[in-house]
Amino acid sequence: MAEEQFEPKIVGFLCRWCSYTGADLAGTSRMQYPPNLVAIRVMCSGRVDPTFVAKALNDGADGVLIAGCHPGDCHYSEGNYKAMRRFPMLRNLLEQFGVDRGRIRLEWISASEGKRFAEVVTEFTEQIRALGPLRWKESVAALCETT
Amino acid sequence: MAKPKVAFYWCASCGGCEEAVVDLHEAVLKVLEAVDIALWPVALDFKLKDVQAWEPGEVTVAFINGAVRLSEQAMWVKLLREKCPLVVAFGSCAHLGGIPGLANFTTREEIFANKYHRSPTVDNPDGIVPQEKTNVDGYDLELPKFWKDVKRLDEVIDVDYYLPGCAPPPNLIADAVMAILEGKLPPKGSVLAPEKALCETCSRNDTKPDDMTIPAFKRLATSTPDPEKCFLADGFLCMGPATRGGCGERCINGNMPCRGCFGPTPDALDPGLKILSAVASRGEADTEETAQAFADSLADPLGTFYRFSLPSSMLKRRVSKEPSS
Repeated sequence: MAEEQFEPKIVGFLCRWCSYTGADLAGTSRMQYPPNLVAIRVMCSGRVDPTFVAKALNDGADGVLIAGCHPGDCHYSEGNYKAMRRFPMLRNLLEQFGVDRGRIRLEWISASEGKRFAEVVTEFTEQIRALGPLRWKESVAALCETT
Repeated sequence: MAKPKVAFYWCASCGGCEEAVVDLHEAVLKVLEAVDIALWPVALDFKLKDVQAWEPGEVTVAFINGAVRLSEQAMWVKLLREKCPLVVAFGSCAHLGGIPGLANFTTREEIFANKYHRSPTVDNPDGIVPQEKTNVDGYDLELPKFWKDVKRLDEVIDVDYYLPGCAPPPNLIADAVMAILEGKLPPKGSVLAPEKALCETCSRNDTKPDDMTIPAFKRLATSTPDPEKCFLADGFLCMGPATRGGCGERCINGNMPCRGCFGPTPDALDPGLKILSAVASRGEADTEETAQAFADSLADPLGTFYRFSLPSSMLKRRVSKEPSS
């Protein structure tokens, strides 16, 4: 039996002021991009607790995108700097757990960059497709004893 | 009225928790005035059949330390759970997985390969590894099963209370015993320690800047912390902001930053990610390059953030990458 084609599941945490509005612009401009990203609107990229990312991966996401305002443009002045500082440490940590570095991504997308949003989602979806499914919970279960 | 009976048991542990009981010093005599010890493998000779013969409820409380990795440990703790109305997870390993829990960074196969084949001090030309069942000269011998992963006590049995710490400090042990004897117990599932973060009571809190930035991390092997200054502001990773207080600050007083043995504050969903979020967002960096350099200055984030709690993490354990084909 032929294996069904793998469709990546991607969770996107989009800042309400820039990137979510950018995603809206991509939509209202009728730009085409893959439907693999589930957008979650957050007030700021700085609000994205690393726990959100881990929970998404644990609950079946194959990749996670965090997108916020360009540095210097944060509505709350420095929330995106917090995201910028957490991201590489989270990626280092997740890599130790065995999550490929390419599965999480941080991008700056402004409200006027609908085209850029569509490009990022297209590119990221293809990147995750190439990495294949993560199946975190199933992989962990296989390496744990059932009591 | 007969004295209440208590049991102590150990699983995957180092013996430090037993030491903590001995560290009650003279207070142990007070405890012994109040209770009888029905089981304590480190100090007293009891057999499995003795425990199997207990009437249910005869022994009031079992204090169980250590994480669980062997089928034999699971058998013992299940038996104690069946017999005792109260079970207290005693110490970091039973509470969160502890240091033995770091073994979930690797696999059983890797551990066996190192232990019985690769280690330079091993001389094992026939490649013999322990088997669960062996026959030697007509005798059937059994060894416990070595599980694929290390578990917290509450992954194996229902746990009523948790006494945190590596090892739990004597005053918290004494308080817990007294609370049990007097029947003044908090709701089931409580951690028998304060809820506030260690920073709140830390003697160095005054030196913590209001808007702290953390310089690139230094390592204790190559630098010595300033004995007066907040460790984080000085560039030493300290788990204080996301770790429960109540430990007596033994590490801080020894000029060592907090390593997190008391576990996370009650609101944390994941102990390691909580501290990562707290310290990383304060890193001294304002470009992606400097943020990466700041992150890279921490050599082993997993081993540092989850030193005592890997089996309690949301992601549970390391999953090795598939060998590329």
